[in-house]
This record gives sequence, structure tokens and C-alpha cells, in this order.
Amino acid sequence: MSDFNRRSVLKASLGGAALLAGPGIVPVRAAEWTNTPEPNASIRVLRWKQFIQAEFDKFAEQTKKFSEKTGIKVKLEAESWEDIRPKAAVAANVGAGPDLIIGTLDDPFKFPEKLIDVTDVADYLGKQYGGWYPVAEKYGKKGNNWIAIPQGATGGCLNYRISHVKAAGFDEFPKDTAGFLKLCQALKKNNTPPGFALGHATGDANGWCQWALWAFGGKVVNDKNEVVIDSPETIAALEYVKQLYATFIPGVLSWNDSNNNKAFLAGDISLTLNGISIWTVGKNSPDPKQQEIAKDMNHAAMPIGPVGVPTEQQNVLVYYGYKHSKYPKAVKEYIKFMMDKENYDAWEVASNGYVSPPLPAYNDNPVWTSDPKITPYRDCLKRCRDNGYAGDLGYASAAVMGDFVVVDMFAEAASGQTTPKEAAARAAERAKRYYQV
Amino acid sequence: MAVMAEPVAAQVKRSSLWSRAFESRNFLGAMFMVPAIAILILFLAYPLALGFWLGMTDTKIGGVGRYIGFANFVSLSKDSVFWLSVFNTIFYTVFASIVKFAIGLYLALLLNERLPFKSMVRAIVLLPFVVPTVLSAIAFWWIYDSQFSIISWVLIKAGILTHYIDFLGDPWNARWSVVLANIWRGVPFVAITLLAGLQTISPSLYEAANLDGATNLQRFRHITLPMLSPIIAVVMTFSVLMTFTDFQLIYTITRGGPINATHLMATLSFQRAITGGNLGEGAAISNAMIPFLVAAILLSFFGLQRSRWQQGGRD
Repeated sequence: MSDFNRRSVLKASLGGAALLAGPGIVPVRAAEWTNTPEPNASIRVLRWKQFIQAEFDKFAEQTKKFSEKTGIKVKLEAESWEDIRPKAAVAANVGAGPDLIIGTLDDPFKFPEKLIDVTDVADYLGKQYGGWYPVAEKYGKKGNNWIAIPQGATGGCLNYRISHVKAAGFDEFPKDTAGFLKLCQALKKNNTPPGFALGHATGDANGWCQWALWAFGGKVVNDKNEVVIDSPETIAALEYVKQLYATFIPGVLSWNDSNNNKAFLAGDISLTLNGISIWTVGKNSPDPKQQEIAKDMNHAAMPIGPVGVPTEQQNVLVYYGYKHSKYPKAVKEYIKFMMDKENYDAWEVASNGYVSPPLPAYNDNPVWTSDPKITPYRDCLKRCRDNGYAGDLGYASAAVMGDFVVVDMFAEAASGQTTPKEAAARAAERAKRYYQV
Repeated sequence: MAVMAEPVAAQVKRSSLWSRAFESRNFLGAMFMVPAIAILILFLAYPLALGFWLGMTDTKIGGVGRYIGFANFVSLSKDSVFWLSVFNTIFYTVFASIVKFAIGLYLALLLNERLPFKSMVRAIVLLPFVVPTVLSAIAFWWIYDSQFSIISWVLIKAGILTHYIDFLGDPWNARWSVVLANIWRGVPFVAITLLAGLQTISPSLYEAANLDGATNLQRFRHITLPMLSPIIAVVMTFSVLMTFTDFQLIYTITRGGPINATHLMATLSFQRAITGGNLGEGAAISNAMIPFLVAAILLSFFGLQRSRWQQGGRD
């Protein structure tokens, strides 16, 4: 009986429906949504704070549209990513607070039993739009059931100054790690340095450090969740980053998620990892200097390392509703409404491509090709790995990231506080404390 | 009548017991204490006990933990980041408290003199304490910014420096920077409280000392300091406790970075418990702060309040 769950029933029903549809008895429908929200429902939604105002305005506008259409009242609030995490944790622990949170990464895997099963929403969206990216499915699914619905990722790409890269001798942005190092060294030589956050920056520091680790074949754990970070591959990654760090602008050890935006728009750095917000803010700025910077910048995917495949880590955003909500059906209705292609597309246009979609079918949005500078952000989820790689998402993967084990390892080795070998050993010791549980 | 008499008698007896109880000073005193005791139990004793209990469990966010005894403490004893946070906390507390006391006492002595615009000066001194901690922390974060620091900018414009100071990107620079921010924030509390203490010292003592030909230093050493020692004990106890348990300044300015060089026990406890999801370990780190705090309290009360000190004597 344990294998006989809602998903298998749905599969069987759809299989039966397809058989019947063959001879023309039942009309073919890609996916069916049957959910009746509770009467007089009222839900509280907490989401990540916007970096692009038009994005939030559109989201709020669509929320209003949802309320008008369904009669479900929605109270929408926003907090920064860092502040959502503790609030989500407290809500899970005390059983009160928002009904629905749009947070980040594997947070839902820290308290899966507190969350509403959203398998029906995921199945509907997946079937309606031709399936999820595998990494999106991993961020949403625990066992056979979905505990969260991936909203997308605040895609991270390399933001660079076209003229500075050209002056460094590169007509095209390098696609491999060796070329990338050469570019950074040339940028430093030209006094137009790169800068990548190495402080406790949730999005940016974790993003590029995980990329570097995986690009050289290193990983925190293997597929059995055994800690394997103290490896020759990790040391190769640390040696590489040590050389990169030598080219960075001073101060990156203290950078949080907003520092690179400020430094780039001030013209202090010419290359960093960021979402599309630097370009969008620059383009819309009344300051001519910032407009000039926006004109002179472009975006690229993270280079491919010796492993030969893309190894990006992206800040994946996820919807998760709490069981303590009085209106779980209204919560699911809201997620479904906001994720429906028509609404998602309109929101994506307003956000100027800030969120990379979790469903490949959403890639046909004209915003992605409206300007070639936006296009690299489209496929972020295609190129990305989950932050528990190569093991499972769960308490340990979230704790390792929350405790900045990988970032600290790179910061220690890059700044010369420890040797790469010592840094890898220390990271292994720290990671084991979480994975032993 | 006999049927009626018995209940009335019992009623009278009960009533008189109740009335007599309220006439008793002890009973009344106890009754007046009930709300205070209830508040103390609910908001102080219960959270403390819960913290102790959580520290002995493997509780994760949203989960029910198992009792694991001292396993969290054993695990922490092998954790280099935890020991770094202990070092950082002691460093932060010792240096910030000493400097806050020195500047606070100096300001209090100054403000106790006849100064022009004394009220305005006192208001200005209080300003850092009035500003919400997070706002002042954000201001310091900007002051210490690696690209936009006003300090670095001024020094470069003045020709003193050639490049920006890496205030928060170097471990020792970052430690000293957060200590400085804490000093700025904490000095008004020390200054104003010591000023209140100074104003309770009778001027006749100073007049007598003047007649005896005492110097300023002698007056300070033999009158001011002993008379002020009870208030110093209280101020320093509070100052040490608030510094040792500081969270907001660090979390806003550095989030414990760079490379955990400014992680205090309080910020590490939060990181492990909330962002990391391990409530048990976070609580254990908080519990590990208690011996230090108790030691600080004991030092203040049994050291600074020694009667011989207060009488100007020596150990």
C-alpha cells in the first residue's frame, strides 16, 4: 500500500484517460486542475524582496488579479532572502506565520513534514507545460511527493564590461576556466579588476564558489551523502581560485550580496557574478554614467571547467505552503495561478528576465530574445546543479550552505590564511558534523 | 433554624479566614509578588530552561528532538569555528568594555562640571544610544565599505593614504572595526549612568578635601572612585553582559565574516540554529555563554563592590 500514492493514482488515471482518448471517447486534455479553494479564504504570502521594482509591482498586480478572480484575500509581504530564512524556520517551528513563503534553495527540505503536499500543482504544471528541468524537480520533490514548487532562479551570470574585456585582448568571452583566468589576469593588469564576493553572501559567494568547486570535479558529498570534499579535485579548485583571487579588487572578503552591484555601477570593477539587476538598474538609472556602464556591459554563462559540463549553482526560488495554514487549497490555487504561463510570462517581461524559468516551455517568452544581453539568463536552470550535489537535498545540505562551509574554504585558501590542503581538510571536518547526523 | 445556623457559621468562618489572610502582611506580600513571579517564570525561567533542554537535544527546525546528553557540547569542543567565536567574543568584550568605561567615565566627569550648554551636550552624548542599533550598524557598514568608505576617501584626499583601507576584508581590521562600532554605541550608556552616580556624591566631601589641600587626583582617587564603585559595578556588569551577547552590530556589519573572524557566540548560535537549522546546537552555543556571563557578574559584584574599595582602602 505504501507505493500506492496520489502520484501513482494520477499516473494510472492519465494512462487510462489516454487509452480512452485514443478511440475518441474522452477529449484529450494535457492536464486537469481540480481544486476548490476553501470559502472566504484569506492567505498571507511572504516573498523575497525585489531588486527590480517593476518585477514586484507586476507580482502585486497579479496577486490582486488573483484575489478579484477567486475571492481569496492575499496579504503580500516582502523580506530579503537572508531574512526570509529565519522567518520560515520560526514559522515551521511554532506552527504560525505566513501561509505561503517564496524562499530560496533547499529551505523546505529542513522541515518537509510541516509543508503542504503540492504534488497536484507540480503534476499539473509539469504536464501542462511539458515537464520541469531536472534540477527544478530536485528542488521541489522529496521522495515521491512535491513539497515545494520552484518559481525559477534569480539567475546568476557573469556581468562584464565589453570594452574592458576587449582591451584585455578578448574578442569573445572565454568559455573555459583556463581562458577565464587569463582574462582576469589581463583585466587586473589593465587596472580594471574583477571582483567576486567572498564574504558571507548567501547568493553570490555561494554561487561562484560552488561553481569553482564543481568545475574541477570537487564536491562536498558523493551520491551516498558521504563527505568527500577533502580531495585532489577540491585542492585543484582551491589552487585555481587562489590565482583568481590575486586578480580581484581588494575587499571582496567582506562583500555581501549588494557589494558587487555597487562596485560595478561605480565603475570600480569590470567583471563579477550577478543577476541581471546591475544591467537593469544601470539602464533605467537617471545617472548618465550608470547608463553608459549598462551600454558597455554584457552577460555570459560561467565558464566550463575540466569536468567538461556546466557546473553552475543558482539561487533557486521556491514556493512552499505550511500545513498550519487554514486554507491549504487556497495556497495551492495561488501558486498555480502565479505559475500559469500567461501570468508567469507577463511577470517575466516586467522583471526584464530576472528570474530564469523552471519549465523549459517558458523559454519562448519574447523577453529572452528582446535583447541579446538578456538571453544568457534564460538557461540558468539548464546549466545548474542543486546545492546538495552529488547527494540529497536536506538538513545537511542546507546547513553546510547556511554555515558557509564552502565559501569559508575558498576564502581561507584564496587569502592565504591556510594552504589549500588545510582549507579542504577543515571544510571536510565541518561538513562531517552535519552529514553525520 | 438549626438547619440554617450551620451553613451561616461555616460561611462566617470561611469569610473570616479569607479576611484574616488579607490582614496578614506576609500573605498580602506574597499575593503582590504573584504577578511578578508569574512574569519571571513565563518570560525568563521558562525560556532559559527551554534553552538548556534544547542544548541537550538534537532538535532540528520544525522537528522534535531526542535527548542526546552532552553530545552537542562534545561536538562543539572539536569545532574550530566555535572556538574562534569564543576567542572573538572575549576579545570583543574585553576591549570594547575597557574603552567604553574609560571614555564613559571621562565624559561623565566632564559633564559633571559646570559646562556651557550642558543640557545640549548631554543630549548629544546620548545620541548614539538613541539611534536604533541596526541603523547605526548600517552607518558603520558604509563607513567601513571597501569601495565607498568615507574614512578612506578623506585620508586619500588628504594625501595620507594611497589606497582604501580594507576595514572589513582583513580579519584583524574587521575585529577592531566592530569593536570601535560597539564602543561608539555603548559609551553613552556608561557616561550617563556614571554621571547619575557622580551627582549623588555630596559636595561637602570635596569641600572638606579641598580644605585638607587634596589635589584633583587625590580627590578622584579617594572620594570619587570609592563613592562611585557601586554604580561602576552595576554599569560594568550591564556593559559586559550587553557586549558579550551582542548580535545586531555584528550581524549587520559583517555577518561573522571575513572567514568567521568576527563571529561572536551569539551570531554563531543564530547561524547554526536558524540558517543552519540545528536548533539543538544553536542552543548549546548559547548555553556555553552562560559560564562566561556568570563569571562577569560575579567579578563585578564581588570585586568592585568590596567594602574596602568603597572606603578608599587597598586589597
